[in-house]
Amino acid sequence: MPVDQSLVGREFPPTQPYRVSAEKVREFSVATDPGRQAVPATFPIVMAFEAMNAFLADVGVELHRIVHGEQRFTYERPIAVGDELTATLAVASLRQIGGNDIIGTRSEIRDAGGELVCTTTATLVHRGGQEGSR
Amino acid sequence: MQVGDVLETQTYAVRRADLVRYAGASGDFNPIHWSDRVATSVGLPGVIAHGMYTMALAARAVATWTDGAEVVELGCKFTNPVVVPDDDTGIDVAVAGIVKSVEDGRVTIALEVTCEGTKVLGAPKAVVRA
Repeated sequence: MPVDQSLVGREFPPTQPYRVSAEKVREFSVATDPGRQAVPATFPIVMAFEAMNAFLADVGVELHRIVHGEQRFTYERPIAVGDELTATLAVASLRQIGGNDIIGTRSEIRDAGGELVCTTTATLVHRGGQEGSR
Repeated sequence: MQVGDVLETQTYAVRRADLVRYAGASGDFNPIHWSDRVATSVGLPGVIAHGMYTMALAARAVATWTDGAEVVELGCKFTNPVVVPDDDTGIDVAVAGIVKSVEDGRVTIALEVTCEGTKVLGAPKAVVRA
């Protein structure tokens, strides 16, 4: 079932505040860049992914039908342990190509003071059609 | 770093266990990254790496080359899946880089990320503070 075109421009509520802990950063570093102390550049995906999950649940799309098309990050400053961050997702674009929905999203990650820390855009490909038919 | 510098290619083995660890660390539990049954049901050849895991490996190479310089931009398309076999060896992902520009205190690095000779990321690029 195609995703509703009226979603374009819609902004979803911010995620619950996410406190960046040393333990979580260490866990993410061990998984992606063991031995490095700094917060990995892709760490904001943790909040962005939570925002995306809430969005997908809201529009009734199952995660396993999503293929990641593109991701971009622009950082205003590095993320630090102790930051309290929220992600606010908006639907930027929506196209249908060959039975798939191509969903463009833009998420702003802000700190407890409301200052922008990182903007991340994602292209999500929603694979339509019958299970097992592709 | 100077324009035209060719950075030393970094190669990382990706195993199923790495995907499970990344799923836990990132919160991305999409079953196409751990279940062959679900992956093949949506038309994939088998379990594939999270695109964001491959991107994280690209960022790891950048951090290695720049000694952990502050990243101001990072982006790519996910053009081909990294299919990860269910064995102990996994599959290698190679990250190559060339310095494209050095200006205004920023270094732009064009990346090339391949798996078995196929580019898996489209136009991957990082910008770091010099």
